[in-house]
Amino acid sequence: MQTHKYDVVIVGAGGAGMRAALESSTRVRTAVLTKLYPTRSHTGAAQGGMCAALANVEEDNWEWHTFDTVKGGDYLVDQDAAEVMCREAIDAVIDLEKMGLPFNRTPEGKIDQRRFGGHTRNHGEAAVRRSCFAADRTGHMILQTLYQNCIKQGVEFYNEFYVLDLLLTDGPDGVQRTSGVVAYELATGEIHIFQAKSVVFATGGTGKVFKTTSNAHTLTGDGMGVVFRRGLPLEDMEFFQFHPTGLAGLGILLSEAARGEGGILRNADGERFMERYAPTIKDLAPRDIVARSMANEVREGRGAGPNKDYVLLDLTHLEPAHIDAKLPDITEFARTYLGVEPYTEPVPVYPTAHYAMGGVPTNVEAEVLRNNTDVVPGLYAAGEVACVSVHGSNRLGTNSLLDINVFGRRAGIAAAEYAATADWVDLPEAPEALVVGMVESIRSRSTGERVADLRRELQETMDRNVQVFRTEASMKEALGVIDELKERYANVVVQDKGKRYNTDLLEAVELGFLIELAEVITLGALARKESRGGHFREDYEARDDVNFMRHTMAYRAPVTEVDNGPRFADEVRLDYKPVTVTRYQPMERKY
Amino acid sequence: MTATVEENTEAKPGAVPTFEVTLRIERYNPEVDDAPHFEDYRVTVHGTDRVLDALHQIKWDQDGSLSFRRSCAHGVCGSDAMRINGKNRLACKTLVKDVNPGKPITVEPIKGLPVEKDLIVDMEPFFQAYRDVMPFLVTTGNEPTRERLQSQEDRERFDDTTKCILCAACTTSCPVFWNDGQYFGPQAIVGAHRFIFDSRDDGAAQRLEILNDKEGVWRCRTTFNCTDACPRGIQVTKAIQEVKRALLTNKF
Repeated sequence: MQTHKYDVVIVGAGGAGMRAALESSTRVRTAVLTKLYPTRSHTGAAQGGMCAALANVEEDNWEWHTFDTVKGGDYLVDQDAAEVMCREAIDAVIDLEKMGLPFNRTPEGKIDQRRFGGHTRNHGEAAVRRSCFAADRTGHMILQTLYQNCIKQGVEFYNEFYVLDLLLTDGPDGVQRTSGVVAYELATGEIHIFQAKSVVFATGGTGKVFKTTSNAHTLTGDGMGVVFRRGLPLEDMEFFQFHPTGLAGLGILLSEAARGEGGILRNADGERFMERYAPTIKDLAPRDIVARSMANEVREGRGAGPNKDYVLLDLTHLEPAHIDAKLPDITEFARTYLGVEPYTEPVPVYPTAHYAMGGVPTNVEAEVLRNNTDVVPGLYAAGEVACVSVHGSNRLGTNSLLDINVFGRRAGIAAAEYAATADWVDLPEAPEALVVGMVESIRSRSTGERVADLRRELQETMDRNVQVFRTEASMKEALGVIDELKERYANVVVQDKGKRYNTDLLEAVELGFLIELAEVITLGALARKESRGGHFREDYEARDDVNFMRHTMAYRAPVTEVDNGPRFADEVRLDYKPVTVTRYQPMERKY
Repeated sequence: MTATVEENTEAKPGAVPTFEVTLRIERYNPEVDDAPHFEDYRVTVHGTDRVLDALHQIKWDQDGSLSFRRSCAHGVCGSDAMRINGKNRLACKTLVKDVNPGKPITVEPIKGLPVEKDLIVDMEPFFQAYRDVMPFLVTTGNEPTRERLQSQEDRERFDDTTKCILCAACTTSCPVFWNDGQYFGPQAIVGAHRFIFDSRDDGAAQRLEILNDKEGVWRCRTTFNCTDACPRGIQVTKAIQEVKRALLTNKF
């Protein structure tokens, strides 16, 4: 076991983690820990753009962007946070340009902008050109640009270090303070203790609780799981975004930019069905509405294909040169994976699990909350792992790339400033105990069940029961399966017993987080007897502002031991937190 | 062993047939093995399955100790470059049906970097070469308050090399790199090209100086392996030639 000491430790090297590192590393001694290599992070898979009211191509302002974000999130957005994000969006884009990001340009040489779902002029009048982009690889360019600037600045990375525990130490005032993290080094199997004054979680989402997902294999909710196991809350986990246009059967993302550039969704009859669901902005309605409309077309028998189980994304009326210039990657995905030529054939698409609106609750300074009001000193979170909440119950397209830049930057500054003045906090006794117990109990087990079998059952029940359409019965069925999987997980076995690059063991650990998070998602969804944004209850189809315009907060007492699976002292407990409303009172959400 | 395409008689029209295939994978775990060796695995795959899906099937259902890197699974993160039937490819971007599945498909780690375990290699020398070419924007003078302006033509000039995902397929397909691990390799030159030809950048002279080194661009023998290997379709050899020309003409 090795021990390291840094002022700030950042966990995760995607957009939020590296943006935080660029701020923190100029101020205090900083280390970035990632279970991958920085450039493998899933920020790189984001395609369409990053919205900011630059007004480079038409009139726009950040207040309209704020309104769209609040309305898009079906009024569950904390409006103070949305104001911060949309106001700082402009500098966030300019900062990236100055770091070297190769944005597409207007004829005058300014950053070009295009339309995107739910982004409108003057409070919903018409679609507005707000998304700053680099073809359909904006996330790739952001990830590369941030990594390049980390190289320039000499940021210290620990690659393939998997953080499995957060260390909190009881203070003399009875308040727990952050004292570090525990990481498992994939190359050697060695345990590392990182003592730190500040810890920033930027570990991304948990899309792998679902079977059909645009998310990477590695997005297993580790950061959320680690924090939750230490007795800290998770917020609004029932709100999961299903992106309308995943490649049918595969879930691979096809950017909303396809529709921003003029693509049209059609059912088996060739009908542009979004005209019925969102007469004003049609195919550019927010994602929850489009995904539900698509699922409804299929459910009512108007799906295309041999099994009538998808709809069609039609780009055939666009000029091939335009497609090549603006949508090169996604059209290549269609060719590579489905053998479909988008110049001449419509592309089969169906909703795919895409983004967790919920996560580790923070305030606008990215400080992690331990309840509705108080923060954990020294602990920060930013990006998809966090819930500020700027996305409410449905995130608008492009606002995730914005979120990681604005709140990643804020987290880096806040963590460094705290570390610059705070005293060192002693490590708890036997800081490695939980991780060693978890890893060794799995590695040493000689018989039991396969990780892949349990994971398949989990993902299948979540797709079947907790996806676009939910009911009390479907969610109870899912909870039944999850309960069973929790028991079976205590008996999970890996074939690889070695120390070196034991990815078998890694997947077993990840599965533990997935099962726990699936339970929190489903319990939150079951208790929320209304439909709002990404959460749609067939048994409660209306939004209920009287009873449910509030954030869900899920709690659990800290894990007591991890031999034979994590053991909690109690069951998940749900509480609620008020929504911050500054200027927009809830209205009916029509597009 | 041969693969047989089994037409499922109950399949609906348009459904994708499944078939059996053998993967011949190079295995090596220095904890227990003296030397690398090949092992055969038989799996049933769908017409739309990628080599990565086949590897997952083996890992998940047959042999959990099989080790490889992967993340996004659709060709944008660059984790799973490997030698498939002797050619560098991304396992997640290569459909099994497209790599002659009638015969065993060989899968080996990319060449020229130390093998850590099975298909996992030490990427550090590769990333070091990238870091050494100053792959970041260098500017002088005062910053404008808004964005720097750049014409569409100037933006287009370096578009091809911005697509790089650092998967190492090009560098580890290069015979010069196999024989001389000190050579920067195609990827690092691509990484430098992306900034040398960016109209906003003022660091080209320094980067060209670095690449003028004896282990720099002049080692390139224009074999075109790198261009063939690039899963992003980057004209790698062309980019290297443009860097050479910039060194000769001092124009960029």
